Amino acid sequence: MSANSAREAVFGKIRSALKDVPKSEQPDDVAVDRSYLTASDESRPELIRQFIERVEEYRAKVRTTSPDDLPRVIAESCADNGIRSLVVPADLPDGWAPTDLTLLREPGLSIDQLEQAGGALTACAVGIAQTGTVVLDAGPGQGRRAITLLPDHHLCVIFEDQIVGLVPEAIARLHDAASRPDRPITFISGPSATSDIELNRVEGVHGPRRLEVIVVASSA
Amino acid sequence: MSRHAPTTRAELMSRDVAPLPTNAPAQPFPEAARISLADVQLRRNMGKVTTTIRAKRAKAVAEMPDWEALREAGRAIKDRTLRHLDHYLIQLEQAVTRAGGKVHWAADAAEANRIIAGLVQSHQTKEVVKIKSLTTDELGLNEALREIGVEAFETDLAELIIQLAGERSSHILVPAIHKNRAEIRALFRRRLADTENLTDEPKALAAAARAHLRKKFLSAKVAISGANFGVAETGSICIVESEGNGRMCLTLPRVLISVMGIEKVIPSWRDLEVYLQLLPRSSTAERMNPYTSIWTGASAPGDGPEEFHLVLLDNGRTKVLADSFGRQALQCIRCSACLNVCPVYERTGGHAYNSVYPGPIGAILTPQLVGVHNAGSLPYASSLCGACYDACPVKINIPQVLVHLRGKVVEHKRESLSGRLAPEALAMKTLGKVFTSPKRFERFQKLGRLGQRLKIHNGMIESLPGQLGGWTAVRDVYPVAPETFREWWLRRSESKTSPNREGQS
Amino acid sequence: MRMSLFLTCFNDTLFPSTGRAVVAVLERLGHRVEFLMDQTCCGQMHYNTGYQPEALPLVRHFVRVFGDSEIIVSPSASCVGMVHDFYPKIAAESGDEGLQRAIADLIPRVFELTTLLVNKLGVEDVGAYFPHRATYHPTCHSLRALRVGDAPMRLLRKVRGLDLVDLPSADECCGFGGTFSVKNADTSIAMLSDKNRCILDTGAEYCVAVDNSCLMHIGGGLHRQRAGVEPIHLAEVLAATEEGGRP
Repeated sequence: MSANSAREAVFGKIRSALKDVPKSEQPDDVAVDRSYLTASDESRPELIRQFIERVEEYRAKVRTTSPDDLPRVIAESCADNGIRSLVVPADLPDGWAPTDLTLLREPGLSIDQLEQAGGALTACAVGIAQTGTVVLDAGPGQGRRAITLLPDHHLCVIFEDQIVGLVPEAIARLHDAASRPDRPITFISGPSATSDIELNRVEGVHGPRRLEVIVVASSA
Repeated sequence: MSRHAPTTRAELMSRDVAPLPTNAPAQPFPEAARISLADVQLRRNMGKVTTTIRAKRAKAVAEMPDWEALREAGRAIKDRTLRHLDHYLIQLEQAVTRAGGKVHWAADAAEANRIIAGLVQSHQTKEVVKIKSLTTDELGLNEALREIGVEAFETDLAELIIQLAGERSSHILVPAIHKNRAEIRALFRRRLADTENLTDEPKALAAAARAHLRKKFLSAKVAISGANFGVAETGSICIVESEGNGRMCLTLPRVLISVMGIEKVIPSWRDLEVYLQLLPRSSTAERMNPYTSIWTGASAPGDGPEEFHLVLLDNGRTKVLADSFGRQALQCIRCSACLNVCPVYERTGGHAYNSVYPGPIGAILTPQLVGVHNAGSLPYASSLCGACYDACPVKINIPQVLVHLRGKVVEHKRESLSGRLAPEALAMKTLGKVFTSPKRFERFQKLGRLGQRLKIHNGMIESLPGQLGGWTAVRDVYPVAPETFREWWLRRSESKTSPNREGQS
Repeated sequence: MRMSLFLTCFNDTLFPSTGRAVVAVLERLGHRVEFLMDQTCCGQMHYNTGYQPEALPLVRHFVRVFGDSEIIVSPSASCVGMVHDFYPKIAAESGDEGLQRAIADLIPRVFELTTLLVNKLGVEDVGAYFPHRATYHPTCHSLRALRVGDAPMRLLRKVRGLDLVDLPSADECCGFGGTFSVKNADTSIAMLSDKNRCILDTGAEYCVAVDNSCLMHIGGGLHRQRAGVEPIHLAEVLAATEEGGRP
């Protein structure tokens, strides 16, 4: 069957299958009751606390800091984890990257370089407190997807005002990136894991075996 | 491909016989269940697994004050989508195309396999990496690719395990759940390099898989995936996973082919907020799974595949859609919550269903995809306990659809004379007549009482003839009472109206 | 009040003691019970097995028999479930608007026994005495279809002399499922093994439930095993008194 005729065949079958739907009915005529929670009513401090607690429950480490202290905490984390070479995106904010190790700055790093690197440092788009999730959307300071996938350690910086309570709030914030081919989105909730062997959760199958999140207090 | 019906566990699990919908008709459920029920290891594994996930899921759901509201929204969005499926598919196609992706249409499995094989061959590669996709299992894709000399490497740990073992999946979410760690260790030592000293610690087994697959990820040119959701408004495709193999396949190879059943489309970006809450808690019983990837079209240079193909698949879905009651089966988001609460599935395991989709959802989806005459035993593979309906995050009324499909099975059987004259059909017809008349009903009661006299031992009947022997093979059955209720009532009424009569009350 | 007993075909035939018990309990509470002799079967077996055209005449018959009754009470959660959940669907499919209206009118008057006692009559103590150890199995229809909630337990807790023990894994299906018990006998028995093991683990003499259909399966298995544990319908526990013993 030619490409077009397959398409026509499928649509023909769909239309015939839906003959019980009145012709006058529009998609939006089918009511969708959205009485689920779309925004959290927790206080900001409570949300931050919950975010940290839930990220830690996935066995990802969390550090907190102030904007001024951020570079020091980043450097400390790299030292604590024995990271000697660090991948960073091209537009990583000035001053973030430690100076006492090998910096591998994008763009143009090869797969091998990413594989050999000790870790990667990025910003993120939004964090979800209820689920302990950080989300990347190829926005500022995040770089391409491979850099948070191949190196074994992902160090992710999030500012307090990037943390929302619930999933619907995060989805709303990501709407701009959606539909853009150059803005793929990745939700990250802890290091990778599998429960395929007798339902025992094992961390770090593919993807970074260590995830660390640094929560930065919003300035003033 | 072996065509004789399986008689052993090994045969039941083997990939030599493809499951429905690729292979029909399949061995009836009662026969297959009899084989797997006898497997002690399976019963132990399945019992442990389902009990564990059930408890975890209950905990994850109990945390959510708005769970019922989310379920209702999840159902309603799917209902809207299915009722206007053509509209949303057109929207999806336009959005994906606008973003640089290529959309292909496949009316059936053969066509989908042809399209995918063609795409793979055009890139002159002998190996592809795959993310777990039930849809591709439906197609028998790996076998189809092998026929053109292309090896498809499964990268999900469980899919890798069963691929190496030459076995079929037994569960939607944890396909290798029927295997314990000792069996997996033995398998890896046989089939993977550098595994002489491998222990059976899950951590070690996962590490062995990681090492083995790393090479494949970094060298593969083509990746094949399924899709959890396709957003019509934006053209975004969403894949929900745990291990990171999905991210590997979606980012590293040059070419990405995603196969998506047409029912997986959802109307708007906003709708993801519902499903990304329902799915993780219902499937792995977590607040959120480790990785969810969402992309639109072909990527920016260096950040993913240069070429993205979306294959939209019918393969019987329009048949399901045509049944206005049965079509709710298409709401399924493949979470497997129904499998984990099903007392039948827990004991028989997935292979007994001989279907790519096992368990409660399989029992209603597969017969509609392949026609009830090809899967007539599946709608009966249920005691209608209703636990699945309570667990389903999108409120598919599985018990009612099962009964609806049983009606279709019987309707189909009665189209033929031999079907109408089958013992069960005759018995049902007779009983139907008996029940429409109180007099006939009373005569029937008395007849039963007469006929059973010789069969009662110790107040119970221990054997029944014909098909009813299935009951008495393993249970005693209660006889017709010496005095039925209506006989007692009549007697009581008479003794009340004539107080001189003797009578117990 | 005047109550019409919807006994069900299998209770009438196999377990008349349950019917006698319902009569005894309701009369003890001061109500009048009538038994309409024309009643036969609600059609659940046919409908659930896929013989749906055969169910329609039985639906009509039910409406004819019970249409004028003020309150209809039944000791079978599964049959009441049939009426509540499927009769509207069957009527809608028949296209008979008169039937649809009759059923819509009838359904609010059809009660499962424990729901009637606890929710409608507001009664929990019916003066019962049953000095035995028993465990309660919540049948799937009562638990998930009718959602009787804790009505049965509320009634049982007020039974004097009763040593009520919790049943492990109570919510799990016993494996009866109507014709499932015959068509898929192996799986049915596998489920029954686990249910009976849980029952035996309680040390109970009796297993109580609101559906004799499930009890028939549980009891049939216990009896085959010569386990020395008896099934008993909840109505019969409620009907038992110091003076009268069991009906």
